[in-house]
Amino acid sequence: MEIVVCIKQVPGTTEVKVDDRGNLIRDGIDSKMNPYDLYAVESALKIKEDKGWKVSVITMGPPQSEAVIREAFMMGVDDGYLLTDRKFAGADVLATSYTLSQGVKKTGNPQLIICGKQTTDGDTAQVGPEMAEYLGIPHVANVKKIHEVKENSIIVDLDMATTLETVEIQYPCLITVEKGIFQPRLPSYKKKKETIKKQIFTYSLKDLTDTDEVNYGASGSPTQVERIFPPDVNNDKEVWTGAGDDLGKRLFKKLVELKFM
Amino acid sequence: MAGIVVNQQKITDIDGAIGLCPFNAIEYKDHQVQTNAACKMCMICVKKGPDGAFTYIEEAKKEINKDLWKGIAVYVDHLDGDINPVTHELIGKARELAGKINHPVYAVFIGSNIQEKAEELLHYGVDEIFVYDEPGLKEFKIEPYTVAFEDFINRVSPSTVLVGATTLGRSLAPRVAARFKTGLTADCTILDMKENTDLVQIRPAFGGNIMAQIITPNHRPQFATVRYKIFNAPEKSEVVKGKITSCSLPNEKLESKINILQINQKEAEESISDAEVIVVAGRGIKKEKDLDLVYKLADALGGQVACTRPLIEAGWGDPRKQIGLSGRTVRPKLIITCGVSGSVQFKAGMSNSEVIIAIDEDPKAAIFDVAHYGIVGDIYQVIPTLLEEIKSV
Ligand SMILES: Cc1cc2nc3c(=O)[nH]c(=O)nc-3n(C[C@H](O)[C@H](O)[C@H](O)COP(=O)(O)OP(=O)(O)OC[C@H]3O[C@@H](n4cnc5c(N)ncnc54)[C@H](O)[C@@H]3O)c2cc1C
Ligand SMILES: Nc1ncnc2c1ncn2[C@@H]1O[C@H](COP(=O)(O)O)[C@@H](O)[C@H]1O
Repeated sequence: MEIVVCIKQVPGTTEVKVDDRGNLIRDGIDSKMNPYDLYAVESALKIKEDKGWKVSVITMGPPQSEAVIREAFMMGVDDGYLLTDRKFAGADVLATSYTLSQGVKKTGNPQLIICGKQTTDGDTAQVGPEMAEYLGIPHVANVKKIHEVKENSIIVDLDMATTLETVEIQYPCLITVEKGIFQPRLPSYKKKKETIKKQIFTYSLKDLTDTDEVNYGASGSPTQVERIFPPDVNNDKEVWTGAGDDLGKRLFKKLVELKFM
Repeated sequence: MAGIVVNQQKITDIDGAIGLCPFNAIEYKDHQVQTNAACKMCMICVKKGPDGAFTYIEEAKKEINKDLWKGIAVYVDHLDGDINPVTHELIGKARELAGKINHPVYAVFIGSNIQEKAEELLHYGVDEIFVYDEPGLKEFKIEPYTVAFEDFINRVSPSTVLVGATTLGRSLAPRVAARFKTGLTADCTILDMKENTDLVQIRPAFGGNIMAQIITPNHRPQFATVRYKIFNAPEKSEVVKGKITSCSLPNEKLESKINILQINQKEAEESISDAEVIVVAGRGIKKEKDLDLVYKLADALGGQVACTRPLIEAGWGDPRKQIGLSGRTVRPKLIITCGVSGSVQFKAGMSNSEVIIAIDEDPKAAIFDVAHYGIVGDIYQVIPTLLEEIKSV
């Protein structure tokens, strides 16, 4: 039995730096695994420990994304797959999901695919469900607990807005897991030494089943960024400066005047 | 292949060219400046680079006939017939967008025993509601709901589909969009309509202090999700113009590999989205213990406390108390931010609040761009004084 976990490399700091003109400036070298994906990896490793399933991770991204696969090895993941090609660049949700669904087929025949809840940079929470559609398998999102891993199905708790649902879902299927489902383990030094030379299966477009480049990257993306611009500025405002005490008193008067007191 | 093409002749400063890209996607390799797999097609290099150095080449795409796709459709988000108010907000927006291109407004309502509830929606200006009312659709399961949605799209060919970015909508919309191999833009904060029926989708993007305008020029329908409280709900009107169309699906199409074993109601909790007064703690709050100041102020005002993402990540608050793009959207009567810098992602969740008072010691903080009252000062001085004043009355 096999599990594939989808992981992504994201900028390391949540602090996005912006220059004087309001433009983004370089991320720097600092990158890490999408924090939500750590929970996905941990969930898979728990199943591996309990049931002896094999766990692979897959990522689509630039060659440097290899680092997150190495990190997954250090946590105890068995195999790693990197999908990288200039032709994958500029992929929107649809093209990303399609590329990943093609990549998953290279990993074997997984019963279970686990995604993180969302990425901290893309932040759409849509890649999982779209992948499931491309793979023609059912999915459930917002999994907050795994009850039982059975022969042909898995029983999980879903955190819906106003309800908590317990559902059983048959393999093959895809789940996206909530933060906090398990406490992710730290990478181990011993595993690091063991896996330092471990091979990562690296594939480009020509290795996939569908090699038609119009389905990938910017070409395969129905959405297009037409323009980017800095957020609006409200010029109709009062700015107060002065000593802290005076500001506090003035604020009190204002709140009374606005009838909030 | 669509992508960025680099004209080497136009590049005089190689490091400058590499430095243009916030994603490290421009590199110098084999004596050439190139873009690599990290490129997000954000166009910053096209815009900011030397004239003609970086150009975007578009794929020669099959033109689609946009006239064959008509109508703005709204997915009716509900639980057991209880309609989520984001639906009304989207219907209001759909009306506005449809007015610009003279399209009808549709709603698609999928569930069981929902006929009566559908009638209620006609009061909000929908021209036609397509109701899929089947026992097999009582609970949300992804495959049958996708089948019903798919049936609706095949039947009506709407140009645009709007879905509330609820827990359910965020699972269903991508599934249906992928089925039609079309574009989906998540969590839009502004929507507009072009004359050629392209939906203008605006949202914070690329993880930076930047907004992106996104279009889906060659695919229909165009999908967008929007969070609760981003748009205004229309007034309920007494006049009803639209009609209800019942649709049915054969039982065997409603099969699912998911079996719901149990559904438990969660305890109702007060939600910051419904609060009239909110006090927000940002990273200007130095220690968890200091949150006390913020709680006291909220109590004095009869309001609730919310946080920015870094505080939630540090475990100082419940994730449901996070305001912003990846948190909740709020539009209270009063919001006071305390040591919040005003990132574009944070502002996306609160900029429609009625009165915004921001306290921050940095006069350049972006929060002052949306504030009505910008208080440049130290929260550790301003708030205690304010609390004193409040106590003294
Ligand atoms: C895809 C994505 C989604 C995101 N979603 C969200 C989201 O939903 N919500 C969210 O909040 N963030 C979100 N973020 C993070 C966001 O970019 C910012 O990092 C975050 O909002 C910053 O929080 P902050 O203002 O509390 O902290 P900071 O940016 O560190 O600001 C702290 C402010 O406090 C001021 N300050 C410090 N000390 C004092 C003092 N004594 N008195 C007065 N002022 C003081 C400083 O001048 C500064 O302006 C998201 C980021 C990404 C990439
Ligand atoms: N480029 C990628 N490579 C691998 N997995 C990804 C990638 N992008 C998104 N995912 C997976 O999809 C989830 C949701 O991502 P998103 O839709 O970007 O919020 C993530 O938590 C990952 O599990």
